[in-house]
Amino acid sequence: MQQKWTIITAGAITGLLAILLVKYGNPANMGFCIACFLRDISGGLGLQKVPTVQYIRPEIIGLVLGAFGAAIVTKEFKSLGGSSALTRFVLGFIAMIGMLVFLGCPLRAILRLAGGDLNALLGIAGLIAGVGLGIPFLRKGFSLGRAMPQNKSNGYVFIGLVITVFILLMAKPAYIIFSAEGPGSMRAPLALALIAGVIVGALAQRSRLCLAGGIRDFILFRDFYLLYGFVAILVVSLIGNLFMGTFNLGFVNQPIAHSDGLWNFLGMALAGLCAVLLGGCPLRQLISASEGNTDSAVTVIGLIAGAAFAHNFGLAASPKGVPAAGQTAVLIGFAVIFVVAFFVCKANLSVRGVKADAGSKGRERASLS
Amino acid sequence: MQEVKDARGLLCPEPLLIVKNEMDRLGAGTIKVLVDSAAARDNISRLATNQKWNIAITQDGEEFLLQLTK
Repeated sequence: MQQKWTIITAGAITGLLAILLVKYGNPANMGFCIACFLRDISGGLGLQKVPTVQYIRPEIIGLVLGAFGAAIVTKEFKSLGGSSALTRFVLGFIAMIGMLVFLGCPLRAILRLAGGDLNALLGIAGLIAGVGLGIPFLRKGFSLGRAMPQNKSNGYVFIGLVITVFILLMAKPAYIIFSAEGPGSMRAPLALALIAGVIVGALAQRSRLCLAGGIRDFILFRDFYLLYGFVAILVVSLIGNLFMGTFNLGFVNQPIAHSDGLWNFLGMALAGLCAVLLGGCPLRQLISASEGNTDSAVTVIGLIAGAAFAHNFGLAASPKGVPAAGQTAVLIGFAVIFVVAFFVCKANLSVRGVKADAGSKGRERASLS
Repeated sequence: MQEVKDARGLLCPEPLLIVKNEMDRLGAGTIKVLVDSAAARDNISRLATNQKWNIAITQDGEEFLLQLTK
């Protein structure tokens, strides 16, 4: 019961902050969007040169620091790694291509719907389909393997990278690029964005908020827990949009969105499929990386690399629609994921049991710390 | 000898699937599962409550032994 209120609170506050961030400068229906913000960071660092999507989003830095702080306080920070890092990189990379065809992560899909953008319904339908598509693989034993405890320093590397990016944001050296026009130029004040990120990061760490996970747990276990967070974000940001007068119901002329239903559906389906195989949506990957999981950190780097690739090679959608190359990339993405999932299922070892007596509790484990 | 399922180092939903498979296989009885993250501990606790199994948690260093009974 108490858990339920934790996630409802986390969702509600996330929804509220998203509205606030848009009011103070973020692009419409983009108070938070992990995919878009990582994409902007890839541009800010010069990994892609599309002039409209370049900025080091303080929200992401805040999310990581907030989740890191919460994990330290609750003693849940733990350096882990070694469970198929490179496969995770590829899954993250492909998930991002899907999300940039839809134009948003699962979190933004909810925020778009809350703003009246009905195209998001197709995205969410795609997300559900993608998660549903991944579940049979999980049931058949798909597993990226066990993360093992690692030397403590490993977990801090991701935090160090994020702090480095934060220093670049503050110092603004000449090689860091901030858009002068387009979505990348629309931004809430740095302090507000950073603090909003810290709050959502801490709440997401405590509540384990995950949007793909919500759909997955409902299908697998009829468990609504994570979906309460989903619904709380939707309800609060919907009320917020109505209150602010930014609610605009319809399919056409929606902010930073296109109305190609098929590709909205397929893009998000690809992202949902990747997310369920990875064990969580991009938000959850960021939080998990901030808790010391280096595999999730590699996934985040895969997401950023996917964003840079998508923009360098013209795969990402724009309000004008989805380029042919982007459509092809989504189809190739599906093919790659099916091949990967098939071989992982085939190669996987069954779960090993260990005997219960206290003395010999389990396998040998590397216990570096 | 009661077997302990090892779900250490696995990201959700895998620990949950392991427990759910055991629940479906046994119907009732005792399931022991070892996890090493608070997220897995909380998620399995929630699953147990939802499926009307009792749960007892013992912490051993950074690991948690969960015992589910029905």
